[in-house]
Amino acid sequence: MTVMKSILGAAATLALAAGAALAEPALIYDLGGKFDKSFNEAAFNGASRWAEETGGSFRDIELSSEAQREQALRRFAEQGFNPIVTTGFSMAGPIETVAPDYPDIKFVTIDGYVDPEKHPNVLSVLFSEHEGSYLVGMAAAMASKSGTVGFVGGMDIPLIRKFACGYAQGVKAVNPDAKVIANMTGSDPSAWNDPVKGGEITKAQIGQGADVVFAAAGGTGLGVLQTAADEGIYSIGVDSNQNYLHPGSVLTSMLKRVDNAVYDAMTAGEGLETGVAVKDLSNRGVGIALDGYNEKLMSFEALASIYDAAAKIEAGEIEVHDYSADDSCPDLQF
Amino acid sequence: MDTMPRWADVALIPLLNLLIAFVLSGLVILAIGENPIEAVETMITGALGSTYGWGYTLYYTTNFLFTGLAVSVAFHARLFNIGGEGQATLGGLGVALACLSVNWPHWLVALPVALTAAALFGAAWALIPAYFQAKRGSHIVITTIMFNFIGAALLNYMLVNVLKPAGQMEPASGNFPPGASLPTFQDIFAFTGGTLFRGAPANITFFIGVAACFLVWWLIWHTRLGYAIRSFGQSEPAAVYAGISPVKITVIAMLISGALAGAMAINNVMGEAERLVLNSVEGAGFIGIAVALMGRSHPFGVFLAALLFGFLYQGGAELSLWTSIPRELVIVVQALVILFTGALDNMVRMPVERMFIAARLARAEAKRAKPAEAAE
Amino acid sequence: MTGGGQNTGRAETAAPAIELKGISKAFGPVQANKNISIRVQPGSIHGIIGENGAGKSTLMSILYGFYKADAGEIFIKGRKTEIPNSEAAIAAGIGMVFQHFKLVQNFTVLENVVLGAEDGALLRPSLAKARDELRSLADEYELRIDPDAVIDEIGVGMQQRVEILKALYREAEILILDEPTGVLTPAEADHLFRILRGLKDQGKTIILITHKLREIMEVTDTVSVMRRGEMTATVKTAETSPEQLAELMVGRKVLLRVDKKPATPGGTVLEVENLKVRDHAGVERLKGVSLTVRAGEILGIAGVAGNGQSELLQVLGGIAHGTGSVRLNGTELDLTGRFSDGRSRRAKGIAHVPEDRQHLGLIMDFAAWENVAFGYQGDPAYNPTPWRIDNAAIRADCAGKMERFDVRPPNPLLAAKNFSGGNQQKIVLAREIERNPELLLIGQPTRGVDIGAIEFIHQRIVQLRDTGKAILLVSVELDEIMSLSDRIAVMFDGRIMGERLPGETDERELGLLMAGMDSAPGNGRPALETVGGGH
Repeated sequence: MTVMKSILGAAATLALAAGAALAEPALIYDLGGKFDKSFNEAAFNGASRWAEETGGSFRDIELSSEAQREQALRRFAEQGFNPIVTTGFSMAGPIETVAPDYPDIKFVTIDGYVDPEKHPNVLSVLFSEHEGSYLVGMAAAMASKSGTVGFVGGMDIPLIRKFACGYAQGVKAVNPDAKVIANMTGSDPSAWNDPVKGGEITKAQIGQGADVVFAAAGGTGLGVLQTAADEGIYSIGVDSNQNYLHPGSVLTSMLKRVDNAVYDAMTAGEGLETGVAVKDLSNRGVGIALDGYNEKLMSFEALASIYDAAAKIEAGEIEVHDYSADDSCPDLQF
Repeated sequence: MDTMPRWADVALIPLLNLLIAFVLSGLVILAIGENPIEAVETMITGALGSTYGWGYTLYYTTNFLFTGLAVSVAFHARLFNIGGEGQATLGGLGVALACLSVNWPHWLVALPVALTAAALFGAAWALIPAYFQAKRGSHIVITTIMFNFIGAALLNYMLVNVLKPAGQMEPASGNFPPGASLPTFQDIFAFTGGTLFRGAPANITFFIGVAACFLVWWLIWHTRLGYAIRSFGQSEPAAVYAGISPVKITVIAMLISGALAGAMAINNVMGEAERLVLNSVEGAGFIGIAVALMGRSHPFGVFLAALLFGFLYQGGAELSLWTSIPRELVIVVQALVILFTGALDNMVRMPVERMFIAARLARAEAKRAKPAEAAE
Repeated sequence: MTGGGQNTGRAETAAPAIELKGISKAFGPVQANKNISIRVQPGSIHGIIGENGAGKSTLMSILYGFYKADAGEIFIKGRKTEIPNSEAAIAAGIGMVFQHFKLVQNFTVLENVVLGAEDGALLRPSLAKARDELRSLADEYELRIDPDAVIDEIGVGMQQRVEILKALYREAEILILDEPTGVLTPAEADHLFRILRGLKDQGKTIILITHKLREIMEVTDTVSVMRRGEMTATVKTAETSPEQLAELMVGRKVLLRVDKKPATPGGTVLEVENLKVRDHAGVERLKGVSLTVRAGEILGIAGVAGNGQSELLQVLGGIAHGTGSVRLNGTELDLTGRFSDGRSRRAKGIAHVPEDRQHLGLIMDFAAWENVAFGYQGDPAYNPTPWRIDNAAIRADCAGKMERFDVRPPNPLLAAKNFSGGNQQKIVLAREIERNPELLLIGQPTRGVDIGAIEFIHQRIVQLRDTGKAILLVSVELDEIMSLSDRIAVMFDGRIMGERLPGETDERELGLLMAGMDSAPGNGRPALETVGGGH
């Protein structure tokens, strides 16, 4: 009897342990890969931070083909990983297909949008990139002496136009006569990782008079910042805080806290609240970076007006137009 | 006299090549501190251990069947069509245009139209390099590879500016109408209770691919056109002597090749994604070259080689999922297989040939057989 | 005997210049050389004769260090010598003149001679030294040549002399020549033989490899016969006859002359007028050829290779385009348009046995049965439906043809490359002759064909003539032209130099025509050394 009991107890413990192990979160990176120095890496950093702080562990996978999107979702779901966090808007479609088959599993799509009515077990995390961009646009206009500022996008997709549009609105808010030159690096995924071309575009914009350039172009942006530093003009980083890359040249960075989104989702675990989460200025999902590297580049007045604008945006007194709402931009022609 | 029996040429050599590739891969896995035996187990159970695994393996196999056959047909005419990638890309465009043009009532109606569109688009993309090769002598390797880039750019333009629904981030077409949805293996085997092939992308296109194997076999060895293609491939001057027009054969062989590559889009675009995305071909056009080389350009060999690469793809995906072997290493394993079966074939072939000759001489010596044919 | 003059060893004057003992060499299952032994005396010309594939070239390649013998020993001037590579062969005093010259086309004679034998990194002193040496060699051996001429611009006879000079410049004592007369006119061949005799008189040892009985009889002192990798006999040339040598080569009695009745020509089948052909580079290869062939007649085209005969066959066979007029039984043939291809020609009744059987006439990797359909793949008998080709019917047809033309082995499934040259040719002949054509174009019918098969092939050609068909024969073998033709036309530099009847001419006269000289009465001067052979 006692023997039986202890066996049963052992079995129960094992089952519990197995269950606990299986309730680990999983993270699926988009095709760019884990260490892309940008978006996916930010997600990895967020997950790592969660693992360090909680002592938990997570499973991750780098996709190598389109067909694997759905495959990875299903495989993780079948093994009971929960929640399953994905990066990149391309995952929204596969999640719509897979999520109904696993109602007990929570799925998170960062940058993708899945209808919460139809898919109650999915959390869509969207960022108000236009708001952060508006703030760095103001910084750019105030730092520019020529009255001409540049924007270098990665791949020409609505998301990047959203960045550009917010940026242009910020510039015009400070100086209605300012000129914004916006260029996209390309229209296929290689545009995310072409620093040489990024540098060339930057030089062309400098040639047209730009003295501040905002790069929203993933790996391509590194070439933009480098060229700006070489040519002695200001640049603005994106996603992560890139101020440290070229101190004295990087004016500031537009922050998009993908790492926080992943961290929050993993911390919430199985109890994750689904629906649509908009990460904006008010909940520090986007923002503008100020640190030791750039505090001397931003004047007190400039910072004051930026903070003022940020408060007004949060309060709804300033409305920054979202390009993706109607595929148009009042202050910029594409 | 041939130096080796046929079974050695078609079976033993590829198997030895594979074995060496796997041993080397194992050493690489060992070197990064992982267990190669476990890795092989993961690959095998992941790719072949369940109907779900088979469903993915056969999905990839289908892609490689079409591109492998495409390369094979061109290769019988000694044309090195490395433009399968671009032709399949264009095939995808054809499928998307066909599927999105009408709200299809049933897949049985949509499939023939989409298949025709895929083949036509693929063939059209092969036609231009073929014409330049036949009429102007521009090397087909150069032109087809250039057309891969042009094809990618064209698709890009079409997706961003024409096919993409407004407001969508991703440069992809909208979803195809439900009537254009091909039955997957899960649907086909639904009578067993719906648990087989659950969620796997393998679909009815696999059977079209198998049919294509038979069709190519028949074409190459049982039609006058196949005879002309093979003659031209063996010797262009001899073909001219026999009254076979090099221009005509070059163009026709490339059209067939391009059509086969284009038809692959039925599998990945119509069968799996059910919409057109930017990078839908994902290198299958290039894998097709390895498949054709390994399959000795014979449809049955192509089938086996496609199956092998399907296994490598699905097994590789499982490796990424369940081990910390990085994605790049899975590509290394695939590359080793291509290297040994395609490029380094002679490295194994030569010693094996010598072995067979030695064995035959020993036998001849033993039997004191009649003197061999005089040297040529 | 001067051969042993520089020998430091204890060589006696009787030591052979070169001696092979028990040389054997196998390539896979094929025994190319079996236990071969020969002795060649210094200061003599030794012939090695045998059919294609008898193992002559293999033996010489072993001697020149290209192959390593499986067994056997080589003695040079009585001393055992290892020859692992061609450098060792040169060091041992062996020089080789290949059938296909190994000259740099855009270098001068002098540069070619020095190439690979320079004294140092600087070229100028080497060239100056070579220039002096060439002059003395030229005086000694009747090898006069312009040292500054570019190889491209001199004739083949001249190029061959450069090859000989190269060997002599490297102080060769033993000179091996592999089929040296294949590309020469009779006059050039005569000149070559004079040079060889001069070399012999100076104490050089010469080994002459050939399959032509006439040359052996004319120039050698002793001769070895090879058959199927074995040396069947070595005899003194003076004590043998062509008939005996032929029998030794083939292993049975051979009819060397073609047995045929006089022709009974009918109406004109082929009429060619002012035919001109340009090659891909735009060079005119046929410069206005006119000829006729009648039914029941063999017109032989004689000439040194590369004087337009190939182009003539190609344009008539539909492979190349041309201008002028060609009529078959009175109907004009298309020479440039879409009907100037092999298919249309066959449809009109022209069959073509091409000169280059291995690259045009057959597909070596195809089985015999596939080759039997080659060119006739559109035949309704092979095509039951517009698409399907009836492989079984072709195989059956092939089996019949193989039997009727005595192809060995009579296996339709065997690849063409696995048949001997003679049997390959029989496959092509069976395919073309059994179509019962109005006109048969046939180029080099017996090139690379063993003597036994030559007899059979010649008989079949004459048989076709006797059924009243027209035959246009192109051959560089003057013997073949003389014995098969009912009329002979000689081509030189894209033109017909003249027509003769075989009974009314001789080799000397034809040789002059082949060299581009009109053999008008009284013009009996010998061939010039500057004869150009093609471009």
